[in-house]
Amino acid sequence: MTKVFMTVNGKAVSGEVEGRTLLSSFLREGLGMTGTHVGCDTSQCGACVVHVDGKPVKSCTVFAADVAGASVKTIEGMANADGSLNVLQQAFQDHHGLQCGFCTPGMVMSSAALLAENPKPSEAEVRHYLDGNICRCTGYHNIVKAVMAASGQDVSALAAE
Amino acid sequence: MHNFDFAKPTTIADAAKALAADGAQALSGGQTLIPTMKQRLAAPGVLVSLTGIAEMQGVCIGDGGLHIGAATPHAVVAKEAKAHYPALADLAGGIGDPAVRSRGTIGGSVANNDPAACYPSAVLASGATVVTNKRKIAADDYFQGLFTTALEEGEFITEVVFPIPQRAAYVKFNQPASRFALTGVFVAKFADGVRVAVTGAGNDGVFRWTEAEAALSANFSAAVISGLTVDPSGMNTDLHGSAAYRANLVKVLTGRAVTAAG
Repeated sequence: MTKVFMTVNGKAVSGEVEGRTLLSSFLREGLGMTGTHVGCDTSQCGACVVHVDGKPVKSCTVFAADVAGASVKTIEGMANADGSLNVLQQAFQDHHGLQCGFCTPGMVMSSAALLAENPKPSEAEVRHYLDGNICRCTGYHNIVKAVMAASGQDVSALAAE
Repeated sequence: MHNFDFAKPTTIADAAKALAADGAQALSGGQTLIPTMKQRLAAPGVLVSLTGIAEMQGVCIGDGGLHIGAATPHAVVAKEAKAHYPALADLAGGIGDPAVRSRGTIGGSVANNDPAACYPSAVLASGATVVTNKRKIAADDYFQGLFTTALEEGEFITEVVFPIPQRAAYVKFNQPASRFALTGVFVAKFADGVRVAVTGAGNDGVFRWTEAEAALSANFSAAVISGLTVDPSGMNTDLHGSAAYRANLVKVLTGRAVTAAG
């Protein structure tokens, strides 16, 4: 076991990890932050996406020890300072961008990464960017709509299902 | 997965020392190796991360063309190679998905030499040089079959140097579940001839389609491809596509790549 230090949602954290401890396990079991979901554990589904130094990564496919010292942001760090939902989260609620909700943490984190690098994406760009996030309820239309709405674009003409 | 000792050196020299240990394995972005270890198809005793080595990061123009540090993630290549070698940047920007591109690296992809990976086709079609901690290896000598390369025990890639072609394009037919290339073709036109490399199709990994190279060197036009035939006997067959289907894809995608290269 080795001790790793990192910043998670702005707070300094540390914990004992084995070499094989995944970032997703460190967050969920080490820090008790279960907002990050593990869907497939094979880097296919994207439910476990978090940001490491501002970049989206699949936390089930990164060793905690390999990102020691990094700044990590998870779904728990997305709400506004007063605890209310941020613009993107609120848009998911307003546009029914979640059904069972299992994929939502990853969808929100991937979408936030998209909007950070491309503040006004087209519908095609949103769909392309979310290629690595799978919704087992197949609720993609409203997820895309929520991301478009969160970027401040008119979504009245987008398909609603 | 089985446990291991983890090391994260910050220099090439220290990485070479760590990788000289018995049972040591290099780890780059881990987007292939970690899933492989979860399946217990690999169980290294020591894992040596190469992502903390500053001299193995980044994209720059230098002797021989575009130098890309082996530990540079696909997302960075997609952005930083764009102005110098757009076809290579496009290839990097089409690997996996955004989260995979944040972690996966060129060195990891080229060292693994997955028969359906994108990068080997760019390295081979560009006639790139694979630079390791020990020597420089020409692309034509480097790729040696499925998951097989010229790399020796304890040897690891430090950078890849790409000569920049006059025109080039990569066209991939996606396997939508894995996001690997069912077949992908990289065409590169240099002053002294054209090189065509194919990934995803050959049953011995990435290969050069020399017949197309000769035809395109004489006349760089998609029309010349329609007169050629691809022998399906050397192609992969699996549930996603037969050998004949892949042979056809090689031809179709080569034509599209020539058109895209302009």
